[in-house]
Amino acid sequence: MSVGIVGYGCYIPKFRITVEEITKVWGENPENIKKGLGIEEKSVPDIDEDTVTISVEAGKNALLRAGIKPEKIGALYIGSESHPYVVKPSGTIVAEALQLGTDLMVADLEFACKAGTAGIQCCISHVKAGQIEYGMAIGADTSQSRPGDALEYTAAAGGAAFVIGKDPLAEIEGTCSFTTDTPDFWRRDKQDYPRHGARFTGKPAYFKHVVSASTNMMKKLGLRPSDFAYVVLHMPNGKFPTRAAKVLGFSMEQLKQSLVVTRIGNCYSGSSPLGLCNVLDVAKPGDRILMTSYGSGAGSDSFVINVTDKILERREKAKKTEYYIKRKQNIDYGRYARIMGKLKTE
Amino acid sequence: MVHKSSVPLHWRMQKSRYNLIGSKCVTCNTVFFPSRILCPKCRRKGKLESFQFSGKGEIISYTIIKVPPEGFEKNIPYAIAVIKLEEGTNIAGHVVGDIENIEIGKKVRAVFRKIYEDGKDGLIHYGLKWELEEGNE
Amino acid sequence: MTKRVAVIGIGMTKFDEHWEKSLRDLSTEAGILAIKDAGVDGSSINALFIGNMSAGRFIGQEHLAPLATDQAGLNPIPATRCEAACASGALAFRKAYHSILSGEHEIVVAAGAEKMTDLKGTDAIATLMGAGDQEWESSIGLTFTGLYALIARAHMHMFGTTREQLAMVSVNNHKNAVHNEKAQFPKEITVDDVIKSPVIADPLRLLDCSPITDGAAAVVLASERIARNIAKQPVWILGSGQASDTLALHDRKSLVEMAATKVASRKAYEQAHMKPEDINLAEVHDCFSINEIISIEDLGFCEKGKGGKFVEEGKITIKGEKPINTTGGLKAIGHPVGATGIRQIVDIVRQLRGECGPIQIKGADNGLALNIGGSGATSIVHILGTEPEPITS
Repeated sequence: MSVGIVGYGCYIPKFRITVEEITKVWGENPENIKKGLGIEEKSVPDIDEDTVTISVEAGKNALLRAGIKPEKIGALYIGSESHPYVVKPSGTIVAEALQLGTDLMVADLEFACKAGTAGIQCCISHVKAGQIEYGMAIGADTSQSRPGDALEYTAAAGGAAFVIGKDPLAEIEGTCSFTTDTPDFWRRDKQDYPRHGARFTGKPAYFKHVVSASTNMMKKLGLRPSDFAYVVLHMPNGKFPTRAAKVLGFSMEQLKQSLVVTRIGNCYSGSSPLGLCNVLDVAKPGDRILMTSYGSGAGSDSFVINVTDKILERREKAKKTEYYIKRKQNIDYGRYARIMGKLKTE
Repeated sequence: MVHKSSVPLHWRMQKSRYNLIGSKCVTCNTVFFPSRILCPKCRRKGKLESFQFSGKGEIISYTIIKVPPEGFEKNIPYAIAVIKLEEGTNIAGHVVGDIENIEIGKKVRAVFRKIYEDGKDGLIHYGLKWELEEGNE
Repeated sequence: MTKRVAVIGIGMTKFDEHWEKSLRDLSTEAGILAIKDAGVDGSSINALFIGNMSAGRFIGQEHLAPLATDQAGLNPIPATRCEAACASGALAFRKAYHSILSGEHEIVVAAGAEKMTDLKGTDAIATLMGAGDQEWESSIGLTFTGLYALIARAHMHMFGTTREQLAMVSVNNHKNAVHNEKAQFPKEITVDDVIKSPVIADPLRLLDCSPITDGAAAVVLASERIARNIAKQPVWILGSGQASDTLALHDRKSLVEMAATKVASRKAYEQAHMKPEDINLAEVHDCFSINEIISIEDLGFCEKGKGGKFVEEGKITIKGEKPINTTGGLKAIGHPVGATGIRQIVDIVRQLRGECGPIQIKGADNGLALNIGGSGATSIVHILGTEPEPITS
């Protein structure tokens, strides 16, 4: 029984702010930052966009590609660390907007940047268990960063949605996770901005989990890096996935199609899912993809995905990732600060 | 503003606000948005059915609002247009994104956005706004 | 049963920001002036109708009509509040007229009052939007300036109406208001002032918009028997028409005309046996500059689309062929929404009695008042004259 991605779709808000624009405010050297983080600019949500609106737009695109009636979706998971409500699900709003009907299981997930991929795993299990015909998993965020923090250069907005079921455009051949209690990044209740462990977010956190999950995944299916056409890794910046890919034995050729972070920043729960969308936009039938997400706190979900010939017709049915990346309007820090609610008005 | 904080009001309108569900009189073939329970042309001879609009339309007039009512202060300036829906009938709605390039006659499509937030602790009202289609010239 | 009704007394407060006066003070003051002007005793008043748009939201006070008779010492006569948004005043006048036509009453007070400045600006804007479609206009942040801006943009697009022509409406109104001691802004402005004033809802700017005002106006209406007995200069109601249109602007077939104004004016013209060209002067509802232009067209003073040119050619000035808003209009006199419809009647009566000094239209023996509610969902037209029409029916 072949279960996998039946439809996928993404959404990235239109506004961008460049590294230069942010460095102007804090007196940093833009070249150092760009080199250090491997990013040029990041996406910024408009004042009326949030995780719910991004999820709806991405979900619409995924349904277009899946070509199924919305009410056939039996489960909806939305992974985000910026759900608009602390109590009240994003999922019910998204389900109503996507007209998924009422014979539906909904849950909001949170696991830093990997809650979206956790949703994919849940959907795979439901479908394989025969509980539902199709499930939808969305990873989306409008991530927050304290003004002046290094995160401000990368914390971006965007998301991707996946319809999981049979007759996929990309079969999910296997998935596994690697999880430990590693406090590298967190946000307490009622706090506007997260805190993080700076360099501690690297070796014991991102690299340990991404490399372990990816290695375990390949070992379980008896695969090697050379068996893959593409690799997609969580992208907190441009540097980490590049280095992790190298450690795992992947080439830049295998990574670069997924490396959307350099142009849109880190979309948190939407990060590796957006990288996967960009790969699916160009992949050929038979291409194998390794995707590994990372969520602080900490864990990684790894997937082996095998593109089928269904990709050819379905991917043309909705707007591609490159469309959303290129559709942009740069804004200055003043407007950014206003939109993100960083100006005190009351 | 009591009405804007009304939870049942917001809830009652969700379906039509999220998805452009209006009505159509099958007697005279006229479409309505928002939905009506009586066709004003056929009155009791009319028969109304639920009707889903495609979310495509054209701007027939617009304004850029600089002085807002209570509750919309943080959105200014914002563009509101009267939009002629592809299936007939008009609706008023926000145009988002490229508002410098807004013009009468341009094509728009519906996008899902936040419409209004009832303060910091009230409900967030979502619904459809409108985005200029590419290739509009 | 009388078939003729006259206005025998008029009164109004200054239209202003009345920080020290409440709604009850204002309505009582206007009522006293009107009853005194009529030369009747309060005890002879049979009923009161009061136009008010939104005291409930502006000052938290409902049940306004008995408050008005209570404060004026007119209890226990029947008191009725009339609401049709900004056309509430004209509605009160029309219902007062009907109550005399019905034969039940002989002397009736029609008043209009609004106290708007107790609310802060953004709340007042939201309250006024109560006259729009709450579910599909107000809920998305539309304002009345926004609605009329949508109308203005469509009119400009369709007919080439210019930004300057819109400005000329405000300029003419302010020029006329200089001689009106009751006006909130009795000072001249220029076209340049208007087109450089801050944008409120593009293309409309601050000086295209009537202000937020406190004020009240009242008139005394009487049956022909009473009017002929006691009034020195009765001014007769020759025609009255009222019509309705969709509440939401976007539901209209056309953004650039008000179908309700066309229907209401046609009824009033028919009743008065008059045509648009017979009208000597008119009070029209210039809540926003564009509405004066559209009203001129819909009342039949010029062709649809030619309103801007009509204004530009000076036809609406005191010396023009169709003097409009001779005392300053809503723009310069102020627009306490429920009071405006009655204020328009007061000013037509002043003109027809020849009491207007430098802004007097010489030889005017009739005048038309157009009061509009919302973005045109209610239109009410009255035609008044110095001589009663012969009764034909």
